[in-house]
Amino acid sequence: MAIMRVNPTRMELTRLKKRLQVARRGHKLLKDKRDELMKKFLELVRRNKELRERVENMLMKVHSNFLIARAVMSSEVLEESLMFPKQSVSLEVSTKNVMSVNIPVFNFKTASMDESNIFPYGFASTSAELDGAIRTLSDVLPYMLELAEMEKSAQLMAEEIEKTRRRVNALEYVLIPQLDETIRYITMKLDENERGNLTRLMKVKDMMLEQAHQYKARQKAAD
Amino acid sequence: MYKIGVIGDKDSVLGFKAVGLSVFPVTRSQEAEEILHKLAEEQYAVIYITEQIAKDIISSIDSYKDKRFPAIIPIPGNQGSLGIGMECIKKSVERAVGADILFKE
Repeated sequence: MAIMRVNPTRMELTRLKKRLQVARRGHKLLKDKRDELMKKFLELVRRNKELRERVENMLMKVHSNFLIARAVMSSEVLEESLMFPKQSVSLEVSTKNVMSVNIPVFNFKTASMDESNIFPYGFASTSAELDGAIRTLSDVLPYMLELAEMEKSAQLMAEEIEKTRRRVNALEYVLIPQLDETIRYITMKLDENERGNLTRLMKVKDMMLEQAHQYKARQKAAD
Repeated sequence: MYKIGVIGDKDSVLGFKAVGLSVFPVTRSQEAEEILHKLAEEQYAVIYITEQIAKDIISSIDSYKDKRFPAIIPIPGNQGSLGIGMECIKKSVERAVGADILFKE
């Protein structure tokens, strides 16, 4: 691991040590976030899968009913009978915050509340299969909205998990080892300087002593 | 107030009109793409799209994946399910976990 380009000074060392501490704390927090998100995500995706299977089955039933209705009725009559829908759906969207991911929550309201009052046509010229298809469709609608909510949440959470995982890995495998290495480098450099200084002082002392001794010896000789 | 849209071939989506959704019948994938972008700019929070149409414009659908709105959900058309919806779930699992842990048998 490469070390950072820094001056090996005591001040830099303190600064790096502080940074390392922050990085460690951030790493721990992000790791917790990732784990919790993952737990929530897996739970959601499992429910999502089940729901999708159910919705797809129900929609296939709708389609098969519709197919029969199309075969029995002429397409003009069919289109005419569905031309002006009685029912209308309005959607309200709020958001929920799950581990800092904003996931949508859909609340829908139908214009007519009466279950049997959803058919926009007279019964005389239409086939019974169409009624069945539309009834099933209006039954499946809440599930479809739930599905939409779940799939969107799953997508958003997947994105967030990916981002968090990248951050955790960047901290764990790049930044923290780099800081460790640099701190080690600075400590060693400072120690080396210290030792160098000590040796120099000892040497100077020796030289000074030598000088003093020689001075004494010379004086003795003069006497 | 948000709306719900349905894009698909005429036979598959006609019924949704009766339950109060906005229906956009299309035949070609290019048409579908244009409508999809148009709806995304308007107040549509949920757009259902039949898998027969969705399979040709998967890249446009994916571009809305990370946005909060709209939620684009593939549904089976009247020719049966192509498994694109499941594929989407699988993809998001792979993206989050790094491996497919849900669907392997």
